[in-house]
Amino acid sequence: MLRSPRRAIGIALLMILPLVLAACSATGGKKAAQGGGSTSVAAGHANTQRYTIAMITHAAPGDTFWDIIRHGALAAAAKDNVTLKYSSDPDPTKQAALITDAINSHVDGIAVTDPNPAALCPTIQKARAAGIPVTMFNAGVGNWQQCGGQQYFGQDEAIAGEAAGKRLAAANAKHVLCVLQETGQVQLEARCNGVQKGLGSAGTMSKLYVNGRDNAAVLSGITAKLTQDKTIDAVLTLGAPYAIIATQAASSAHSNAKIYTFDTNAELISKIKSGAVQWAVDQQPYLQGYESVDSLWLYLTNGNVLGGGVTVLTGPAFIDASNVAAVAKYAAAGNR
Amino acid sequence: MAQTTEAPVAPPPRADERVGQKSALARLFARPEAGAVAGAIVIYLFFFIIAPPFRNASSFSTTLYVTSTYGLMATPVALLMIGGEFDLSAGVAVTSSALCASLFSYEFTTNAWVGVLVALALSLAIGFINGWVVVKTGIPSFLVTLGMFFMLQGLNLALTQTITNQVASPDISTLQGFGSAQKVFASSFTVGGVNVKITVIYWIAWVIIATWILLRSRIGNWIFAVGGSAPSARAVGVPVARVKIGLFMAVGFMAWFTGMHTLFQFNTIQSGQGIGNEFVYIIAAVVGGCLLTGGYGSAVGAAIGALIFGMVNQGIVYAGWNPYWFTFFVGALLLGAILLNTYIRRRAEAAV
Repeated sequence: MLRSPRRAIGIALLMILPLVLAACSATGGKKAAQGGGSTSVAAGHANTQRYTIAMITHAAPGDTFWDIIRHGALAAAAKDNVTLKYSSDPDPTKQAALITDAINSHVDGIAVTDPNPAALCPTIQKARAAGIPVTMFNAGVGNWQQCGGQQYFGQDEAIAGEAAGKRLAAANAKHVLCVLQETGQVQLEARCNGVQKGLGSAGTMSKLYVNGRDNAAVLSGITAKLTQDKTIDAVLTLGAPYAIIATQAASSAHSNAKIYTFDTNAELISKIKSGAVQWAVDQQPYLQGYESVDSLWLYLTNGNVLGGGVTVLTGPAFIDASNVAAVAKYAAAGNR
Repeated sequence: MAQTTEAPVAPPPRADERVGQKSALARLFARPEAGAVAGAIVIYLFFFIIAPPFRNASSFSTTLYVTSTYGLMATPVALLMIGGEFDLSAGVAVTSSALCASLFSYEFTTNAWVGVLVALALSLAIGFINGWVVVKTGIPSFLVTLGMFFMLQGLNLALTQTITNQVASPDISTLQGFGSAQKVFASSFTVGGVNVKITVIYWIAWVIIATWILLRSRIGNWIFAVGGSAPSARAVGVPVARVKIGLFMAVGFMAWFTGMHTLFQFNTIQSGQGIGNEFVYIIAAVVGGCLLTGGYGSAVGAAIGALIFGMVNQGIVYAGWNPYWFTFFVGALLLGAILLNTYIRRRAEAAV
């Protein structure tokens, strides 16, 4: 231990300075990434009245999936001359408080997810009662009409799970490990249960719960399960970052299980390209965020409502080796 | 434990009890980590019997890996607790360090090692600020580091979002220096057909170093003295402020080390990660015999505490149990370990 902490910091800084000056990387990094042109979606700018729209989701902080939704919402807001107020909280009571905040600040429209109808519906109905148009998306597919949503953008998780299950059966999977990154989330459970339905008698599905906030715990959890049960020939994760960890787990458990996943991010797209991950179920989160804001703008400026009272499905679509090249450049910009 | 009192010989002339001899067994059980060792053996045997895959060497290696990621941090956290302070920011500080290294080297397209060193400076600075505020203001470290916990949590998310326009750090695996850094922080090797992650070796090494510091060096004496009673320690000339700041910086150093492992193992870091792990570190230290009041504990104990957590974490998967029970079992087993720990220590102290 150094005698003076102040001196320790000084020495550390001195050590770094020359390195920073001299040690640039010739490969990778931002310089390499800046080669391509702009990939942001831009489509003119509306000259309609400036509206304020609040988007309130149940996103956990730092989740790459929700970041794509936000990118979509921001793109629509920029195009529609809308001020977007984005907020999120995974705790339903706090999310309800955020919705109340939006109502009290008299926003022009609310776009909201509803992972827990019992807790959130009453608050969403208050928005409607206060004369604020509401669009719902991503979660709450079973209840959005009762909660007072005008339209709904998302995928039915059970249908998406079933579609994934069917594709897994077609890929000859006999024992699918469904990896849930959080406990007690209805939409994650619905996916896994849908997978079992889609597999039918072709195979079985087991669930594995891991702590999604700790990469090492996810890695060792999946490794442990693959070691414990050698019959597992397919690992299906419910979020892109976990699929990437699952590829490491499969190799350290000496398992031949193939990796599949729900949802995407930039790194996952490169894993599909390289063949490390077979395919991803894509619910097009960018589209959900974009349409949620854009549909409210259409309602505010032209009285339009989309969907005719039924759910507008944004998925499931599949990204695999056949179409990954087309998606890759959008993924790099954080939009797919 | 009570054999000494049953001796039929005539009682010797009363000696000062402070210099009296304890039996070897009593001395063994009076060690801080005794209860944790007993608990670890029970839990190991438990899962060994009910979960066949747990018996494989490779499974145990996986368990040791997850243990080491907790244990690396539990070691300095235990020293800090012996020194009488808490660090609730330790979990997110790991993520802060990893994000710092990744974003710095990516944004400026530098050699990966530059980011590693910048992150080291940041982590030491975080530790220094924690320690400096605690020492200068006398505010309990629980509150100071709670503030730091929320600040870092917010900074991780906000800065990552601002700099990259995404919430995860970019993939830096193509940068120069990534390969060599990965070898240092996240490689693995094979022993007798079993794949062992290098963090296990680092963890054991740091536990040995920490134990040596605590038991064989002057700084170790200072740590115990500062945690036992800061005013008394100051009165006999121990540099209390420096010791405490140094301990916070040791936590910062290890947060950096653990963060570098996470970064080079997984290439990208999600900015919301690490929350909740600070409690795992504290639990490991407490199960391992550290007192919440300071002045008592050991580095080996914290290592055993981390091992208990790791074994339960993995054992439940190997046993194939319904995972909804996981946190309940973790809590129950940890509480049991603490009770056992306390009971054995009291018996041992009573048997003197």
